[in-house]
Formats: sequence, structure tokens, C-alpha cells
Amino acid sequence: MTNPRPDPSRRKLLGGLLAATAVTALPSLIAPARAAEPLTRELPGTGAALPRVGLGSWITFNVGDDPVLLEECTEVMAAFFAEGGRLIDSSPMYGSSQATIGHALKRLGAVDRVYAADKVWTSSPSEGPEQIEASRQAWGIPRFDMLQVHNLLGWEGNLETLMAMKEAGEVRHLGITTSHGRRHGEVERIMQRVPLDSVQLTYNIVDREAEQRLLPLARERGIGVIANRPFQQKRLIRRLEDKPLPPWAAEIAAETWAQFILKFIISHPAVTCAIPATTQVVHVRENLAAAREPLPDDAMRNRMADYVRNL
Amino acid sequence: MGSAWWTYRPEDLLMFSPRVYERLFELHNQALWPAQLLALVLGGMALAVLLRPGPRGTRLVLMLLAVAWGFVAWAFLWQRYAPIHWGIAYIAPLFGFQALLLVALGSLRGGLRLPCHWSVRRGIGIGLFAYALALHPLIAVATGRGLSGAEVIGLTPDPLAMATLAVGAMAEPARRAWPLVIIPVFWCLQSWLTLDTLGERSAWLPLLAVAVALTARLWPSRQALR
Repeated sequence: MTNPRPDPSRRKLLGGLLAATAVTALPSLIAPARAAEPLTRELPGTGAALPRVGLGSWITFNVGDDPVLLEECTEVMAAFFAEGGRLIDSSPMYGSSQATIGHALKRLGAVDRVYAADKVWTSSPSEGPEQIEASRQAWGIPRFDMLQVHNLLGWEGNLETLMAMKEAGEVRHLGITTSHGRRHGEVERIMQRVPLDSVQLTYNIVDREAEQRLLPLARERGIGVIANRPFQQKRLIRRLEDKPLPPWAAEIAAETWAQFILKFIISHPAVTCAIPATTQVVHVRENLAAAREPLPDDAMRNRMADYVRNL
Repeated sequence: MGSAWWTYRPEDLLMFSPRVYERLFELHNQALWPAQLLALVLGGMALAVLLRPGPRGTRLVLMLLAVAWGFVAWAFLWQRYAPIHWGIAYIAPLFGFQALLLVALGSLRGGLRLPCHWSVRRGIGIGLFAYALALHPLIAVATGRGLSGAEVIGLTPDPLAMATLAVGAMAEPARRAWPLVIIPVFWCLQSWLTLDTLGERSAWLPLLAVAVALTARLWPSRQALR
């Protein structure tokens, strides 16, 4: 058998050198180079204003200890901060994503820039504090800004833990999460009973069930909303990418389908921010650019949804 | 995952990208080089034993497989795969159990016999072992990953599971050979699911290996045909 080591071709070597040079310069790259700050919205009742587009980490940041991929993720986070992004969301369920975020925060010296949103993911609430501490160490931050009960797993006991932590000043905000439109009835009951700061759920231009009850309830109860799966894990983008954007997308400054979809999501009055995940710097910039004026009004939102539905 | 986990689709549960999966093998190969050569030589020895089996040779094959299952459990599953897939932490002990099973069968006097006369079952078994040893590493080249991402017998799980299926498919007696294929079948099925969800063109190979091995195992023996 031939030597299975990678071929150290000139292209690869040059690519590696360029990447190394770029990464070395990363801390200076996160200095603002943008035309305008992204729009923000306050997490209701907290005083915390968050950029309307954050950064998810499901799949994209789960790269193990691969040095090449770790530095690529670091570049993504550098671009995210440079464009004015703040909220990064992860979970102990996401493999090595937390450690990847911690690696990048350390490399970028960006611990004080990030709004750190993580989750507790255990059916045994007694294990929650230990898991949260392990997560905090992976991120390398003094405390989390937000902790959420992942997919309602052991939610009663875990929310007790989070409420005690908030009381003790060990976390600023707390919430619950669901995805794929699941268990909305249970989410609704919890929103009515528990003083949450945030609920994370799936909402985008085709997954709109949350508009029926959860989003109105969030406004009524003063609960922030973090929209996950904005692109249905790329499926929505793939479905639309060979279709033309409508000419009137220019009226809301949407130059790509990603921006079209994100502007639809974040323009809902109940939505605090959307959290697309990506491995590419160009997509981070594209996503953050969606969090700028103009955003669609109600009439335009209906037009956007109708257009996508009829494609 | 919470309740209603059965309503998730495989792609909803996939935790990593195709690129990360491919890089697993590249980094593994880089770290172990030139162990690939040793693994191929030992695999070649095992194939030679399958062609001219005897009691000592059978024990050697079982022990080599046992060492490989233990090594892959630790070096690949635990060290590399588990950090990006928490489910692997639950699977790695099964690989350890498979290693112990092989040691037990190899230690028993007459625990397992490899057939010396040609038969359909033996032919399929040897063919499957030869594929796992010599051709499966080249799939990485055929699918564009390059030799740096080659999956080599004894160092990575898929060809190891296929080779063990091959031995389990032809070994006698059947009542002792069947337990040998349970974990390899399970691994190949999960590998097929993972590769298929990742959109890998070679996803069907582990599934085919299971089908081939079970066909061989269930093929009527000469005595049964008489």
C-alpha cells in the first residue's frame, strides 16, 4: 500500500501558510470593519440588547481537536465579532462545539465580547450543575449569559437549578429550547407558568407554527425568542438556491436567499434573534448583513411567505 | 434528545459534517503512520491462514482480530470519534466485548474451526476478508478522499468489522460463529446509516458486507445438501 499520509503539495503548503498567517492576525481582525452595527433587540425586561443575528454551533463547530478545522472555526468567529455579532449558542449535546468556541474565544481574546448562550442537557437534574461547570470550562468564560434547558429534557428540575443560579448571580438569563416544531404544547404551558427570559424554537419562512400561539405568548409574557434552524440545516437554502429572488427583495436589501429568510425571521416582533450556523466566513458576513435596515413590514412579510410557498 | 426521539430523522441526529468525518481518518492515518504497513502485513498473514487453516492458525487469526478490536476501540473510537459523537462512547465498550469474545473463542480447545475444503461459504468468506484487507482502503481513492483518508484493516472499524464478518461467516460450529457476527453486523449497519446520511457514495458497502456475510453463513453446508 502507498503511504497514506497527505500529499504535501505546494498548493496545500501555501494554503496552510496563508491560513496560519491569517489566524495569527485574528485578534486584530475582530476590530470593527463594518459599515454599520447590526440591529439589536432587547431581551424583554432584561436590558440586554442583542444583535438580531447570532451564531449557532450545531454540527459546524463539532470538529474535535483537528487543528485545521479549529482555526477555520476561529476565523468564522473572528468575522462574526468583526461584523458586530455577540450571541453564540451551543450545548453539551453538540460534541466538541463548546471546546471549539472556547478555543476561538481564547485565540481571539473575545471573552468579553461574547454573549454566551449554552444549555443544560440531562434527564438527571442532579447532574446539571456539574455539566454546566464542565461547559463553562470548555468555553473558558467566567459565567454564562444565558442557560437554557435543552429540548425540555428534565425541565422541571433543571429549571430549578437555573433559577437558583440566576438568583445567585451565576447566570444572567434563563430559558428553554425546543426544535423541529416539537412539543409546542408543553413549551406553551411552561411559558405560562415559569418566569423565563427566553424560549428557543424553530421558526423560519416555512416553519411557521410558532406564529399561532408561542410567538404571541412570548410577546404577552415578555419572553425573548431565539429562532433556531433558520435554514432548516441548509435544506431550505438548497431548495431555493436555483430559484430567482423576487425583484422586490431589493426593497428590503436582501441580496441572497439567506438574507431573505433571515430578514423574514428577525422582523417578527416577538423574535429577539436568529442563530444560523456556518463554517464559512463569507456566510457569517452575509448573515450579519441581514440584521440591518430595512426590515420587512407585515405586508412585505406576507408577500415573502407567499412567494416562497408558491415556488 | 428528550421525548419523541423516534420522530427525528437520521439527518437531524447527525452531529458532524462530511468533511469532519473524512478528516477523522486523515488525522488517524497521520498519527499512526507507518502502522498501516504492519496492519496490512498482519492482515495478509491472516488471509494466508484462511487459505490454509489449521488449529494454530485459527487461534492466530482470532487473536489478531481480538487485538485489532481492542485497538480500534481505544485508538479510533475513544480517542478520535467519541469527541465528535457522544453515542460512540456507548459503542466503544461493545468493541472491547468483541475483543474478549474473540479471545475466548481462540482460547477454547476446538472453540472455532476454519474450513479447509472449498465451499460456497468458504469462498464468500475468503473473498470478503480479501476485500476488507486489500480493496476497502482504496475506496477512499475511488470516492475522492485520497489515500490519506484510507480505512485500513486493524486500524479503523469498517474493514475490521467486515473481516470479522468474513471469519464468522465461514467458521464452524455455527452456534459459536453466530455470536461473533452480532457486533460487526451492528457496526456495519450503523456505519451504513452514518455514511448514507453524510451522502457518501460508498455508504452501501457496509450494508453489502452484512448481506454477503449472512448469505454465506446461511448457505447450506455440503452435509445438509446430501
